[in-house]
Order: sequence, then C-alpha cells, then structure tokens
Amino acid sequence: MTLDSPPATAAVPDVPASDRQPPPGVMTLFVAFAKMSLAGFGGVLPFARRAIVDQHRWMTADEFNETFALCHFLPGPNIVNLTFVFGSRFRGIVGAVAALAGLIGPPLVLVMILAALYAHYGEIAALRRVLAGISCAAVGLLVAVVFRMMLPMVKRRDVVGLLLMVAIFIAIGVLQLSLQAVLLVAIPISLAITFVVRRLSA
Amino acid sequence: MNANENPVWSLVLTFGLMSLFAVGGANAAIPEMHRVAVDLRHWLTDKQFADVFAISQLSPGPNVLIVTLIGYAVAGFWGALAATLAMCLPTAVLAYGVSRLLGRSSRSPWPAMIQAALVPLSIGLMGASALIVAQAADRTFLAVLVTLVAAVLAFATRLNPLWILLAGGCLGLAGVI
Repeated sequence: MTLDSPPATAAVPDVPASDRQPPPGVMTLFVAFAKMSLAGFGGVLPFARRAIVDQHRWMTADEFNETFALCHFLPGPNIVNLTFVFGSRFRGIVGAVAALAGLIGPPLVLVMILAALYAHYGEIAALRRVLAGISCAAVGLLVAVVFRMMLPMVKRRDVVGLLLMVAIFIAIGVLQLSLQAVLLVAIPISLAITFVVRRLSA
Repeated sequence: MNANENPVWSLVLTFGLMSLFAVGGANAAIPEMHRVAVDLRHWLTDKQFADVFAISQLSPGPNVLIVTLIGYAVAGFWGALAATLAMCLPTAVLAYGVSRLLGRSSRSPWPAMIQAALVPLSIGLMGASALIVAQAADRTFLAVLVTLVAAVLAFATRLNPLWILLAGGCLGLAGVI
C-alpha cells in the first residue's frame, strides 16, 4: 500500500487492495462522470466501463456487468440508470445525484448552446448542408450498432429472436404504431418464449 | 383548457411516460419521439427532427440528450431542462429502488431472463429508429451511399464515430448530398 489512507475510513475491504480502490467521494463522482460523459461520442458506456473498472478500479468487471445487466433490463436510458445506481452504491442518494449531475450537466450545457445556435442559424444554407451530411452519417452509425447487436443472435441461429426483432421493426418503423401498445403485446410474448426455451434447454 | 396547456408541463408528461417504455435506451425510443413530436404534437418538422438527431449524435454525452434538443425547440431553456429530467429521473429512481430490492448478493434469474427477452425487441426498435431518421435524411442516391459507407466503416473498423460524423458534415458542406 503506497497510499497513506487514514485508518478511520470505512471497513477494511474484503478484496485484495490491488483490485479495488477506496470508495470515491461525492466531488470525485461528479468529476469522474463528467469526464466520461464529455469523452463519450456515440455512447458513454464504453468510456464508463474503462473509467470505472480499468482506471479507477471502483468495481470489478463482474460487478460492473451485474450492475449493467440490472440497468439494462429496466426501461429508460441505460447509462443514466447505471450512473444513478453506481453513485448510490458508494454515497447513497447524494452520490447518485452527484454522479448523475456529472453525467448530464456538462453535456446538457453544451447541447443547449448548440440548440440556441441552431434556433438562430439553422436556416443558413451552408449549415443546412453540413447538418444534412451529418444526419446521413449518423443514420449509418445507428445501422452499424443494429448489426453489431444482431450478430450474436445470428451466430446462435436464434430464429425466434430474429423474427421478433423483425416484427418490432415493422410495427414501429414501417407501420409507426404506438410504442406502448406494441410493447404491451410484445414483452409478454417474448418473455413467455424466453421462459419456455430456457426450460426446454435446462 | 387543452389549447393553452403549459408546454413545459406537456413535455414533462410526454417524456416522463415515454421513459417508462424506453426499452433498450434512448436510441430505441426515437420512433416514439418522432411519432409524438412530429406527427402528433407538431412540435418539429420532419427535417428539424433529422437535424436534432444529427446534433445529438454529434454532441458528447448520453444519447438521451436528443430529448434536450426537442425540449428546447418547444419551450427554450426550461423546456430543455424539463424534458431531460422527465426522461432521466423516473427510471433512474426505479433502477435505484430495484437495485436495493434485489440486493447485492441476490442470484435471482429474473433480471437475466427479462434482459434476454428484451434484446430482440430493443434491436428491432433501434432498426426502426434508423429507418425513421433515414426517411428524413436520405433523400438522394448519394445521401444513401454516404449512410451505407458510414455504416460499413462503423461496423468493420474501430474508428471513433466522431470522425465519421465530421466526414459526413464535410461531404454535406461540399454539396455532395
């Protein structure tokens, strides 16, 4: 232990000191999440994993995956849920709010400035052309994410999963039905199928 | 009384409710955002929606910030703030509650089971998102080509997505699209 940690802090962790660092303070949480967020172009999650697991060692990779799995099965922006739960693990509600403020605050200010600029200059021809180009590329990025996520399903020949995926794509993308209505039908069906398949293969 | 309904309040209601159905994150909720903001409420035009999507992808931070831009277009600063918090807080508090309920040591099979059941749905939703924005963005053959090249680059390489977006912006400025 090269750190001169005061003996009064919390209980002795039950993992080797080299594996995990002492829990972060409120200000540290805010700054760390602000940094991950501002580095996160096209999604913050990879940056969050790197910072939390590799850089700060606040969680092991398994703990991170477990927390992420929890936040992924719940609705809402996953990284927002993860940040809030992560902050609360270390510093209770205050930590949760500090981490969330770090994640959302700085980019929020930036986006508001961009929104104000867009409101004033959005009709200028040159800017319209730039935005049109960025939109096209941004759609491409989204398409790539979809195919990356599909890959494991294709590899396991998960025909039922792929059919469900296509059904949702048509219902929401082509028919443009209401999300609530579609999910209220699709979630029970998908859950039932998953349950049966797991029972059969168990 | 619906005609002079406070726009900030309707943003809070819209996105607060939407967040509870946002399976697979903010990018999967884009078709619903489009349906509500463009088709139902007429807050934005189709073109503005594509712009807002482009700006949100270009900015750092969580993808949920597209909601901030929609809120700003509807009701300025307070609209942006209200929409963002409405989209983030309810489910964050829900996640906090569930994580406390399940506890750290719990080995319940349900989270993994529900997650596995939701994966095909959220991929389908993201595909729908791409289709919805493409309908506004990809109006020419060259635009479609740029989208396809961006998709292949992002899929096959580890290139920082920011460079792909900026390259798209340059091509746009040059008048290719």
